[in-house]
Amino acid sequence: MRIFDPHIHMTSRTTDDYEAMFAAGVRALVEPAFWLGQPRTSPESFYDYFDSLLGWEPYRAAQFGIQHFCTIALNPKEANDPRCMPVLDELPRYLAKDRVVAVGEIGYDSMTKEEDEALARQLQLAIEHELPALVHTPHRDKEAGTRRTLDVVRESGIAPELVVLDHLNELTVSMVLDSGCWAGFSVYPKTKMSEDRMVRIIQEHGSDRVLVNSAADWGRSDPLKTRKTGLAMLAAGFAADEVDKVLWRNPVAFYGQSGRLDLDPVLDEPKPDESATYQGNSIKRGGE
Amino acid sequence: MISGIPELRTVLEPEARAWLDTAVDRIIADPTAIGALFPAVRRRCGRARIDGHWTIDEAARAVLLTALPLHDPALTETVGALHRHGDPAEQRAVLRALPLIDDEGRFLFLVRETLRGNDTTLIEAALGPYAARHLPDDEYRQAVLKCVFYEIPLSRVAGLDERADAELARMLADFARERIAAGRAVPEDITPVIRAFAPADDRPAALDGAS
Ligand SMILES: [Zn+2]
Repeated sequence: MRIFDPHIHMTSRTTDDYEAMFAAGVRALVEPAFWLGQPRTSPESFYDYFDSLLGWEPYRAAQFGIQHFCTIALNPKEANDPRCMPVLDELPRYLAKDRVVAVGEIGYDSMTKEEDEALARQLQLAIEHELPALVHTPHRDKEAGTRRTLDVVRESGIAPELVVLDHLNELTVSMVLDSGCWAGFSVYPKTKMSEDRMVRIIQEHGSDRVLVNSAADWGRSDPLKTRKTGLAMLAAGFAADEVDKVLWRNPVAFYGQSGRLDLDPVLDEPKPDESATYQGNSIKRGGE
Repeated sequence: MISGIPELRTVLEPEARAWLDTAVDRIIADPTAIGALFPAVRRRCGRARIDGHWTIDEAARAVLLTALPLHDPALTETVGALHRHGDPAEQRAVLRALPLIDDEGRFLFLVRETLRGNDTTLIEAALGPYAARHLPDDEYRQAVLKCVFYEIPLSRVAGLDERADAELARMLADFARERIAAGRAVPEDITPVIRAFAPADDRPAALDGAS
């Protein structure tokens, strides 16, 4: 089973996770810029974080045979803090980078005026940089929040096929698929979505424009939920090709719209970096 | 074309070549244009390897850097900002291009910053002819030792033949003793330096038995 996790926060995960993910079939992933749990109080700490999403984390992932891409944005929670707003002005510098395959995570947390502005501005940035957008839907008041998100997406003028709305559930999936946007599902140990519910949603709505992710982060979460969903699909009678579509071809098609998803054709050889494989560098484990 | 950068005309597709020519003209007319052009190089020109030293994107970025019509302090500021805001591929290109844009060691701060990090692809790019020429002895020795720790082959470190000395040989011999005591393998490429400089009675005995 080859797996592309389209939404996972590896900065919060250990090397044991990377090893387990490789063993489970994960060969590529996208790490969206998000909230770190501890609020940031200055724009500079965002820039160091963005740099690590472009530098250290892909380097770390490559040592375990996993190709790492990222999305960059000011997340909705921190868009409410005026001290963080200057980040919006610096985003174009990051959206020009090769491994940035979308603008994200953007969207609503508490549906404030500030979040409205940050969402609209960042959708415009996606249009200007010809990038897809990864839009998170709020955990509270999800149905109304998803509806409002779709309105803002429509008003922005971005093509719906360039947008994924994430963290969907049984009540929000139809309106998102009907809008032409992609539907993202975060399969979590307790909250959000389970493997079995995910299988039922695919049975009912099909697998077109559906992305399944673990959204694993610093909270209680499981980086192997993608594989577990694939196994649940097989157990429910889906063909292996359908599982491959959901867990590999769909995320490749969505992020491929960036024109920057430069996936290595050979997936099974762990290597530190394409430039280091020259003369066969060895795999290393980081610090001294 | 500036010496040291491989001949790109033969390896670039016509479209990429035209893009690079236009980029150079724009930078000559307005050096601030490099800010948007530099990150786009890999997508426009490719990233295949040309030879043991350069990839296409690194060489093309070196072409842009050498086109900058700037002198200090503007040159140091512009190149420093490209490095500060660069992803690892951009940073490797800046590091490899340093000997082409400066012969006074003004950019040693970039080499030093890289050597504090852990990314072996960047460390290797930092230890080219520029570092070999400008790094002070003690820092050069520490850099070589770091490469040994990080399993970067010493054949990729510039200037080792000229800069290896008795102190470096002592450090490497001590490292070898530590490894032997721990029952771990000693990288073979450190023995020539130890043999050339360390007195025979101050060499780890196990090394003399080896090849
Ligand atoms: Zn997330």
